[in-house]
Amino acid sequence: MTTSTRPLHLAAELAPGSGRADPGPHTAARTVALARLAEAAALDFLTHDDSFAGPGLDALAVLARVAPETRSVGLVPTVTTTHTEPFHVQAAVATLDWVSRGRAGWRIAVSPTGAEARLLGRRPAPPAAELWQEAGEVAEVSRKLWDSWEDDAEIRDVATGRFVDRRKLHHVDFQGATFSVKGPSIVPRPPQGNPVTVVDATRPAARDTAAHHADVALIRATSAEEAAALRAELRRGARAHGRDPGQLRVLLSLTVDLDAYEGGPGALAELIAGWHGGGAVDGFHLVPAVPERDLERFAAGTVPRLRDRGLFRTAYEGTTLRDHLGLARPLSQYATTGAGA
Amino acid sequence: MSTATGRKQIHLAAHFPGVNSTTVWADPRSGSQIDFSSFEHLARTAERGLFDFFFLAEGLRLREHAGRIHDLDVVGRPESITVLNALAAVTDRLGLAATVNATFNEPYELARRLSSLDHLSAGRAAWNVVTSSDAFTGENFRRGGYLDRADRYTRAAEFLGTVRELWDSWTPDGEPGPFAHSGPQFRIEGEFPVPRSPQGQPVVIQAGDSAEGREFAASAADVIFTRHSTLEAGREFYADVKGRLARYGRAPGDLKIMPGVTYVLGDTDADAQERAAEIRRQQVSPQNAILALEQVWGRDLSGYDPDGPLPDVDPDPDSTLVQGRVRVADPVAVARRWRALSEEKGLSIRQTVIESGSRQSFVGSPATVAAALEEFVAADAADGFILVPRLTPGGLDAFVDRVVPLLQERGVFRTEYAGTTLRSHLGLPEPVWKGGTP
Ligand SMILES: Cc1cc2nc3c(=O)[nH]c(=O)nc-3n(C[C@H](O)[C@H](O)[C@H](O)COP(=O)(O)O)c2cc1C
Repeated sequence: MTTSTRPLHLAAELAPGSGRADPGPHTAARTVALARLAEAAALDFLTHDDSFAGPGLDALAVLARVAPETRSVGLVPTVTTTHTEPFHVQAAVATLDWVSRGRAGWRIAVSPTGAEARLLGRRPAPPAAELWQEAGEVAEVSRKLWDSWEDDAEIRDVATGRFVDRRKLHHVDFQGATFSVKGPSIVPRPPQGNPVTVVDATRPAARDTAAHHADVALIRATSAEEAAALRAELRRGARAHGRDPGQLRVLLSLTVDLDAYEGGPGALAELIAGWHGGGAVDGFHLVPAVPERDLERFAAGTVPRLRDRGLFRTAYEGTTLRDHLGLARPLSQYATTGAGA
Repeated sequence: MSTATGRKQIHLAAHFPGVNSTTVWADPRSGSQIDFSSFEHLARTAERGLFDFFFLAEGLRLREHAGRIHDLDVVGRPESITVLNALAAVTDRLGLAATVNATFNEPYELARRLSSLDHLSAGRAAWNVVTSSDAFTGENFRRGGYLDRADRYTRAAEFLGTVRELWDSWTPDGEPGPFAHSGPQFRIEGEFPVPRSPQGQPVVIQAGDSAEGREFAASAADVIFTRHSTLEAGREFYADVKGRLARYGRAPGDLKIMPGVTYVLGDTDADAQERAAEIRRQQVSPQNAILALEQVWGRDLSGYDPDGPLPDVDPDPDSTLVQGRVRVADPVAVARRWRALSEEKGLSIRQTVIESGSRQSFVGSPATVAAALEEFVAADAADGFILVPRLTPGGLDAFVDRVVPLLQERGVFRTEYAGTTLRSHLGLPEPVWKGGTP
């Protein structure tokens, strides 16, 4: 299964360690500058970590603020599912997709601690396995709600006075273990159909949810063999859930301090080329120790070397995050092909 | 607030055209209700006109009629706070107001989101606190479909108080501190993750009309968004609400009253009147006329001819036909009025709905409208207006190009932004920091 011609995907984290970056008046300008740097290097997407435990601004808000000041790079905030409302969460992610014209994703996270539970006061923190089970249900209902408007639901038919064709709007009637949602969404179907779902599958508790629901799974490994094994496990899981493993990208999260990294940006390019060429992963998610410094060095020193080898795009070929990732735009699960009209 | 000219200053806000029959989607100039470019165009236009703020409404369940999704008006809209964060990138001074429900949210999360917006916009965030609590909407949420109507403001008041405690948990000097709130609605504790935002306290708007709603606004809001858009009703409402302020140690200027108003401009008054009549016909399509009738009668009247006479049957007072919108308060009385009107003037169903429906608030040449707006504010019927255009995205252009300059000439509207924050535009006092003792 070696596929050395498989496209290489590169992503980077903007707020490593959730909000260690100063949450204040400079956040917008600083994040826009970083995003433009990544965009100049034609990276697939940027993640922005978040947790209720803070400190930091709401990640989805920060990336919405960045959206109009960038054109191509994907924007993937962390969004938690434990103490939030699934209906609000999916509406916010869909809206990020609208304001970025098809560049949104979300990295699903859970709130495992008692301290987080006490901030919200809605219920105690459930055990890890239940947290991820629920996160999976939130991913599932989000897809249903994004699909609850078929793409051509808006008709503006002056003759009959109808703005929408209501046969193309669907109640989702979702019944989960801890919540239920009637639907449809209040937001029309976003540009990508379904914004990109990212799951950090580092923890075993999150792995089945990643295999079931993620478009992009993030893993950590200390050797190419370990990475390849994890990727294979995730793809097997995806197949077991009835999915096409070809629609799952597995990216290795790599914490890098390019000041201390032996051999610097060039050596990092070697590692990326080697692991990717060997089929261990579909790409890399760079977690910089110091975003300003490390992203700059990555863009200036690592990316050009990967391009020299013909491994990484020199410019964006599409406009949406799904385009960058080579993922198909899904048809609404409620679409009745051929029927209606 | 008044200037050296002694004239009371007008505050202006722009409402994004809503999911109701005011918005004329069938007009060929009507653009997307969802593309970011429409929001950008309207917000930039409002900022060009030096408006105080840009306003987004919210509805957490698509409206239904007779068990089916209502399809005659605009349906669907983006989530407000996310759009406003994006608009913060393409505007500089304009206030950014999001309507967010106090029943189906939690204080910690919302305080964090609003504080984030205030940081990312450098002090331009506002929250319109609404309290819809019906079971129909509740079906989309974890907490489910309930909150006794009587409790909607109990929760909203404690919600807002708690949010403000969180915002005040950082000192004005930037020191974080713990918070702990324990009340009937919320028991929460920890540390708020966001430093005090540029406005200290984002601006709070209230939209609700009951006695409880007014009292809540008098005790805690900076702005009221009201439906009282006629001179007489406006003055009565204004006096009532301002009269409630002293009880809370607040001055009349601490709470701005801004009715939502529509407008039709023309080169002459006659021209504007003609256009206004045409717009009413566009807003009340034959299908919308039957729908308006059903909303009053609470019955399926789809068999009736919009160009024929009104039904003989009486309204069903216990009807659940209409879901997700405010119900007609006294349907029997409304039906009686409509019948009388129809008989007196010989009007069909559609003509009756057009005739009895709300007219555009301000109709006339730019000079006439500017004069009327000034008179309205000078007469203490309002402190300003939330303008509701009927067209997306160009519906505000003519107002900004033709009416704003006249208001400026009259000395009743700013000629430049004096400050950078929404609080400064509204002339609201600096919030007093109440933190320090959890
Ligand atoms: C001018 C105005 C605008 C309103 N806009 C909204 C809105 O956008 N979303 C919403 O859920 N409720 C909205 N409401 C409803 C109110 O928040 C409130 O729930 C309702 O009026 C019931 O409260 P009341 O009994 O005090 O009037 C609006 C009310 C008024 C008067």
